[in-house]
Amino acid sequence: MSVMIIHIVVSLIIALAFLGAFIWAIKTNQYDDDYSPSVRILFDDTKPNNENV
Amino acid sequence: MELEKFSYDNSIVRKFIIATVVFGVVGMLVGLLAALQLVWPSLGFATDFLTFGRIRPLHTNAVIFAFVGNGIFAGVYYSLQRLLKARMWSDMLSNVNFWGWQIIILSAVLTLPFGYTTGKEYAELEWPIDIAITLLWVVFGLNMIMTMVKRRERHIYVAIWFYLATFVTVAILHIFNSFELPVSFLKSYSWYAGVQDALVQWWYGHNAVAFFLTTPYLGLMYYFVPKAANRPVYSYRLSIIHFWALIFIYIWAGPHHLLYTALPDWAQSLGVVFSIMLIAPSWGGMLNGLLTLRGAWDRVRDSAVLKFMVVAITCYGMTTFEGPMMSLKSVNAISHFTDWTIAHVHIGGLGWNGFLTFGMLYFLVPKMWGSKLHSPTLANFHFWIGTLGIIFYAIPMYWAGFAQSQMWTDFTDDGFLANPIFLDTVTKLAPMYAMRAFGGAIYIIGVLVMVYNLIMTAKAGSFQKEEPAEAAALTPVYTPHKGEHWHRALERKPLILTVLALVAVSIGGLFEIIPTMLVKSNIPTISSVRPYTPLELEGRDLYIKEGCYNCHSQMIRPFRSETERYGEYSKAGEFVYDHPFQWGSKRTGPDLAREGGSKLRKPNSWHYNHMLDPTILSPGSIMPPYPWLIDNELDMSLTAKKINAMRTLGVPYPVGYENRAVADLQAQADAIASDLAGSGIEVASDREIIALIAYLQRLGRDIENEVETK
Repeated sequence: MSVMIIHIVVSLIIALAFLGAFIWAIKTNQYDDDYSPSVRILFDDTKPNNENV
Repeated sequence: MELEKFSYDNSIVRKFIIATVVFGVVGMLVGLLAALQLVWPSLGFATDFLTFGRIRPLHTNAVIFAFVGNGIFAGVYYSLQRLLKARMWSDMLSNVNFWGWQIIILSAVLTLPFGYTTGKEYAELEWPIDIAITLLWVVFGLNMIMTMVKRRERHIYVAIWFYLATFVTVAILHIFNSFELPVSFLKSYSWYAGVQDALVQWWYGHNAVAFFLTTPYLGLMYYFVPKAANRPVYSYRLSIIHFWALIFIYIWAGPHHLLYTALPDWAQSLGVVFSIMLIAPSWGGMLNGLLTLRGAWDRVRDSAVLKFMVVAITCYGMTTFEGPMMSLKSVNAISHFTDWTIAHVHIGGLGWNGFLTFGMLYFLVPKMWGSKLHSPTLANFHFWIGTLGIIFYAIPMYWAGFAQSQMWTDFTDDGFLANPIFLDTVTKLAPMYAMRAFGGAIYIIGVLVMVYNLIMTAKAGSFQKEEPAEAAALTPVYTPHKGEHWHRALERKPLILTVLALVAVSIGGLFEIIPTMLVKSNIPTISSVRPYTPLELEGRDLYIKEGCYNCHSQMIRPFRSETERYGEYSKAGEFVYDHPFQWGSKRTGPDLAREGGSKLRKPNSWHYNHMLDPTILSPGSIMPPYPWLIDNELDMSLTAKKINAMRTLGVPYPVGYENRAVADLQAQADAIASDLAGSGIEVASDREIIALIAYLQRLGRDIENEVETK
């Protein structure tokens, strides 16, 4: 079942890449604030083109 | 800090919206045709490109990659720009992404119905299209990642994380599963054989569900549900846990598609364990989506957008509970190969993907065209008829799946199969199949109503191509020192580094590991299992071309009910020369793994008449007729090349055999033709039917010789 080894290696590479991304996210303070991002996306920084909406 | 003025590209979103709607309608209509063919097989019109075996892959590919695929792009291109406060990095790449994807869809329409297929479910497209998909996917990823690099919002919202995971994982899965050796421009053989091919295919197949139908749509859920409800997501912290837990667990669950097959037991157990664990993050996400509406449930009553989203998320919750349950071996023993699976995927497809897409469209079109939804009443009508459609679809399919499974496994008091004739278990399902087609049809009526409603909405407004916006640029966190090593710059860009590392490692692995490891396989070989003769090989290619695997499995599970019906259960060593494997995933017809074996063997004339018109020998059969196999001459121009390709893949044909292959083929074909002549059937030996008969008669024979030599 040699393909199992490939399968596991590739899955581990993907998992390690995700782990790297996770560590990066923590280190760059992505998750320091776990409230305001959810509210910020609700504000649109643009105006609709039709004022009558 | 200075505000920068820029604009969001809405026209690319509009293009993807139109494509989503168009291919949604087309893909679902093709599905309806397939559903009706199971009730009235004559709807195949005895025409090759309209048979179920070719229409069903067209349906699955169209709804997954054309409908949902364009839906993903529409939602991502809209939300990504706004979440990052940045226009897409390159308009050119956006358009290449759009037109390239549509050309790929067109090439699927031009190949699948005409029998150009790799024979691997949801990965049927042939090798040149596979390469095009890879390139297009990189264009999409590059555009997305570069937009992130140029972003004006430091924080990366959870939806974008889902988009990124989608991009990375789909790329890897697609490349590894599409590893195939071309024989001609539109014919290739999977690099892997038998059980190895099965594992890679279902690793891909499962993750196509996970990373094409789930993660991108979860990203869309985390953007569009809060936007539509004008409420922050219930818990941002939960969304982060949801994301990381989900992606870490999902990639290991693939083997649950191969329970009780010839896959090693430990791999099956691994798949089961991870599948069960998936309940936690899936339900975390589902509850997070639903609870976003806490205190706003009254708005669901008035808003069609929210109604669609609530049902979509509920369906997501149902499928992600059902999926792990179906991964339990004892449940899988009942559900596998039956319509239960079909019900399961359609709760996901019609409910989760379909309804979330509709909610998104009802939200986006009025917003982007600056008008009000033309008719909320029609949108409500769509919602209710769509919901009814899902119910009418799913319940009969659950019923059919469970009922058929019981009929397969029933024994009489004397220990014989209660339903020894497979067809008896199929004809009983006809009312359920009819009801399913009805459910699908009313679901499509709802979609058509939506198309009208959206067109009228767009007509009433004016489309804003460029949406002006302003935001301050990000200040760099770190300014480079003079004279530092060039590599430092790369180290500060973890995203790019991750992607580059992944690409580098994968390519290295691809070219080093696969050929060396897979050609000499360490699967327990069975000495009596021999390569296919050239005629059988050509017959096997016809089996793949006609999409027989859509209705017939070639995998006998180790249950008494199956060994009684079909013979000895399937062993891994029997499939070592099968490029690609043809185990199938559904038994609309009986298993064929031992079709040529002593228990099931039928005369050549039976197969001839059965392919000409199945109802002659099996009254009530819903299998389509294949008259063209009798008219078409077998194409032998590639036979030598095929032998060479198979040898490259490790099949032990002697050196130089390719030169004798056609002569061998003709000798075997003549023998079958004269046997048919003995039964009063006059057919030339160079017809396709001869090759297919040769292949079917070969199935399951080798292992019997093993028993004899002992």
